[in-house]
Order: sequence, then C-alpha cells, then structure tokens
Amino acid sequence: MAEAPLLAVESLSVAMGVTPVLEDVSFRIAPGETLGLVGESGCGKSVTALSIMRLLPNPPGRIIGGRILFDGTDMLSLDIGALRAIRGDRIGMIFQEPMTSLNPVYTIGDQIGESLIFHRGMNGRTARSETAKLLDLVGIPAARNQLDRYPHELSGGQRQRVMIAIALACRPRLLIADEPTTALDVTVQAQILDLIGRLRHELGMAVLLITHDLGVVAEFCDRVAVMYAGRIVEEAPAAQLFKQPRHRYTEALLHTMPAANPPGRKLPSISGTVPAPADRGEGCIFAPRCGFAIPRCANELPPLTEPPHRLRCWNPA
Amino acid sequence: MTTAAPAAATTILPPRRLIARTLGAPGAVAGSIILAVLVFGAIFAPLLSPFDPNATRVCPRLAAPSFTHFFGCDLFGRDIFSRILYGARLSLAVGLLTVAISLVAGTIFGMVIAFLGGRVDRIGVRLLDVMLGFPAIVLAILIVAVLGVGAFNAALAVGISGIPRIARVIRSATLTLVGREFVESARAVGASQTRILRRHLLPNLLPIVIVLGSLDLGGAILSTATLSFLGLGAQPPTSEWGAMLSAGREFMRYAPWTMIFPGLALFLAVMSVNLVGDRLSHVLDPRASGHG
Repeated sequence: MAEAPLLAVESLSVAMGVTPVLEDVSFRIAPGETLGLVGESGCGKSVTALSIMRLLPNPPGRIIGGRILFDGTDMLSLDIGALRAIRGDRIGMIFQEPMTSLNPVYTIGDQIGESLIFHRGMNGRTARSETAKLLDLVGIPAARNQLDRYPHELSGGQRQRVMIAIALACRPRLLIADEPTTALDVTVQAQILDLIGRLRHELGMAVLLITHDLGVVAEFCDRVAVMYAGRIVEEAPAAQLFKQPRHRYTEALLHTMPAANPPGRKLPSISGTVPAPADRGEGCIFAPRCGFAIPRCANELPPLTEPPHRLRCWNPA
Repeated sequence: MTTAAPAAATTILPPRRLIARTLGAPGAVAGSIILAVLVFGAIFAPLLSPFDPNATRVCPRLAAPSFTHFFGCDLFGRDIFSRILYGARLSLAVGLLTVAISLVAGTIFGMVIAFLGGRVDRIGVRLLDVMLGFPAIVLAILIVAVLGVGAFNAALAVGISGIPRIARVIRSATLTLVGREFVESARAVGASQTRILRRHLLPNLLPIVIVLGSLDLGGAILSTATLSFLGLGAQPPTSEWGAMLSAGREFMRYAPWTMIFPGLALFLAVMSVNLVGDRLSHVLDPRASGHG
C-alpha cells in the first residue's frame, strides 16, 4: 500500500430509493493488484462494481455519499462525456452472464472492435487486425476465422473469452470482473480464471474480482474484502484471511467451504438469513446470526479497524 | 435463469434464406405472385396500358368490357384497364410512403421514450394513448382537414395516424431490450446514448419493424383509398382506385365494371400484401418458427 492506489473507494454509500444498500464501503486497489470482493447474494458486491463505473441505474440507485478516486480522478464529479472516455478504455468490465452480454445481431469481431473504433479512433481495417490479436490473446484458436461468427455460434466459455477480449481491447489499468465464472461449468471456470490471471501479469492491470466463491478468491487474489449486508466486515491479505479469519462471519463462511470439511459429513451452514436492507438494526448486522455475539453487538455498530487487517467486530476470533 | 426467453425477435437470417423460408407456404406464394404482377403492372404502366389513362372518349361512355377495352370504360369514355394500371402505381407508392412515415416516426418515438424511461416515457405513453383514442381513419380525416386534400397529404395523414400503433409496439419491444445485459455492457465500454440506440437497439428491433411494416402496408393502401373515395385523397383526373370506386358508384347498376375492377384491384393488392406480411411475421418470430 506504499504506492498511490489505482482505485480508492472511500466511505461509499448507495441507496435504492430510500433504502440504503451500501454503507460506508472503503477499499483500495494498488496498480497491478488483485482484490477479491466476497459476500453472499444481495450483499452489495455488484452495486459496488456498478457504482465505480457510474453505471448504477438511476433511478432507483443513488450514490448518497463518499468518494471514488480512480487514478487520482474523482469519478463522482465527472460529466458523462469524461466518464464514457474512461469506461472501456481505462476501466474494463466483465459481466456475469456471457450468454446475454453480447449483442446477438453483431459478429464478435464487430463487438470487440467497437471500443477500439471509438476510444482509439481506429478505422475498420486496423480495428479488425487488432481484434484478431485480441482473440488470440484470450485463447480463441484460429482467431481470424472466428471474427465473423455470431454470439449464438459460440459456447459459454468462448463467449466469456470474447467478453474478456472486449474488456481488454484498450488495455485498461483496472479490470472489474463481476462474477465472471458463475454461469460457466467448473472446468471452464478454471480456464477463464487462469486466463484472467495470465493477462493480468502480461498487461500489468489491477483486478477487482467480485465473487461468492471463496475457492476462487483463495487461488486468485492478493487481498480479500468480505462484505455482509452492504458493509465491508473484514479485509486482509488473502493468505492471512484464510489462515486466520477474525470476523465471525468470515469464519463461518470459511467453515461452509466443502474443502474445509471431511468428506461424508453434512456441510455446515450459517443459520438465519441476511436481513433485508430496510431491517438492518442499530448494531452489527451479523449479530442475530452470530454464535459469539455479546450484548454490545446488538446495540452498537463496530467500527472498521485500520489496515493491513481491517475488521468490523466487537468480539473477534 | 440463464435461459430467459428471447425478448425480441432476433433471428438472424441471411436474405436469401429469409426469402426461401417466406415462400415456404402456399398462401405466401400466391400473395407474392399477385403482388409481383401488380408491381410489374405499376412499374411498366406506360408500356402496358393500351390507352392514355386520362384521355377521354377513347371508347363509348360506360362501354362494357371487350377485347379492346379489357375492363370496360367509365363515364368519360376512359379506358378502365389503363387507369387501373396507373392506379397501381399511385396506390403502391402512396402505401409505401404511408408505411415509411409511420414506421420511421413510430420506431424513433417508441424507442426513444422506452430508452429514456421515467418521465419522458410516462408523457410519451399518455400522448400515444390520446392518439389511439381516436379511430385512425377519423384522425386521418382530421389531419387532411388541416393539411388540405391531395394524394400526398392523404399519405401523410394516414402515415401520421399510424404512428401510435407502431410506437406502442416498438416501445414495449425496446423495454425488454434495454434491460438486457448487452446494453449494459455497451455502456460499460463507454458507448454513448445515441450509439446504443442506433447500434445496439435498432438492429435488434428490425425484425419487428419489418413485420409491422409488412402487416401495415395493406391497411395503409386501404386507408388512403378510403380517403380518396371520400374525395379527400387523390383528386380528379388522377387515376386512383378509391376515387374510381367513388366515381363508379352512381352507375353500379348499369355499368358494374366501373366498380368491380377497381374494387378487385384493391382487394387483390391488400390481400397479397397481407398474405406475404403474415408469412413474414411467422418466419421472423423465433417462437412461431421454432428457432430461439
């Protein structure tokens, strides 16, 4: 963290209508670093990603507080033109659903070349040869012949490779990958993650990997931030977090991993459910489900401690 | 979850296969042949018509059909066959112009209000509701009353009165598209609003636009003929089917050919266009043709 961060999210708060969905979310990503953002469905991971890109549909989504600094620029103060210049050029994004994230009426060559044409001012021909190189880079064989194929002619894994090629077309400094492997089957997942990992080194970009799969994070990330119900509850270097989780939620989450349990035994689960954004109480939001809650937990929100191991818990492990 | 039904008709067919598939039903084949004959007659009217359509007294008044005058003659001794051929020119051209007006304006309107959403959409939908509250033909008559009579104004009037129906369908089709991920990923690579509309939404809507256009063409031909029949469209001596029907009305009992042939021409034109349009919509609809 000695370097100036590439991305600094500071006390970001987001509301959907009047309901707060993100509260006081802060994290930093250094150039070339990979941060994993983990949490259950609905905890605000994707909202965070969309907020960084300023893609949150408004209404109902609204950023009500905090700052997002990308490479020193305040993303929240940019006008729409300046934002578009950054999107797809300096920040690339991969979505969860490769099946529907490609436009069915254009060839993949057209879609990859699109951002080259409008960010780099390339003409059709140079964009095409650059696109072929990109397809090579993401491991689609015989790239030149594939340029004229339509999305429906490709498999899920290939489509996700195309999405990656689109995101990387302009060599962004930050790649936001929102559950890039969720819709793919396991063997393809590993290939796609390997690909992202390899390209990260080759292109020297930072990655914000959003996932609910702890195994993916363990393998792939330098640091991990765990989110629960719209807040970051723990953040630490990956190795440390897995070896010695301190927040009770992280701990419980790690216990539920199949790899952490002997075969043949029923997998443990965390009892209860995540409270709806409107029903978050005064204290620690995890307290009602926490086996180690002390009286203070129900009444008072624990503050987030300082790096390197940040934590939001009154009674840590 | 991953297999959401296709929201809009997005079947991609190369033109050659599209034509082949369209001609895969007997009705469409019949329609296409009739339409082809009409179009051929319209294009080559000057060569095919045996007489000048506006020349009077080329034959006895209200003469019955014969080998020199295939469809007989009207009150002024004009050759009805020649007038029908020239009428095909006008009817088809006016029909196409009408549909073009409704489609272009309706598509843009429907797409933009759905895409912008919020207040723009609410106001836009209200506006469409108000326009749809009038029967289209009454709205068209109102517009002609403002613009003045004439074939071009009739086309404009019917075209404008057709906008709300198109806009409404396009709006709902667009609504299902704007929520799709590829629109979001287009935003994520920095595409502008106009670029998303033009490059990402419009091409996905084209199959629907084509179907709407082909289904509307028959109605458009009929509506402009109706205006002419009422004396609000093409003015004499222009040969127009609706106007010819109107002129023949008085002699229906003595010289039925003055009405039968323009009516038949109108019927065949509308029917052939509808047959082709129906088939086209079937082919382009992924659910109906079993292609998702």
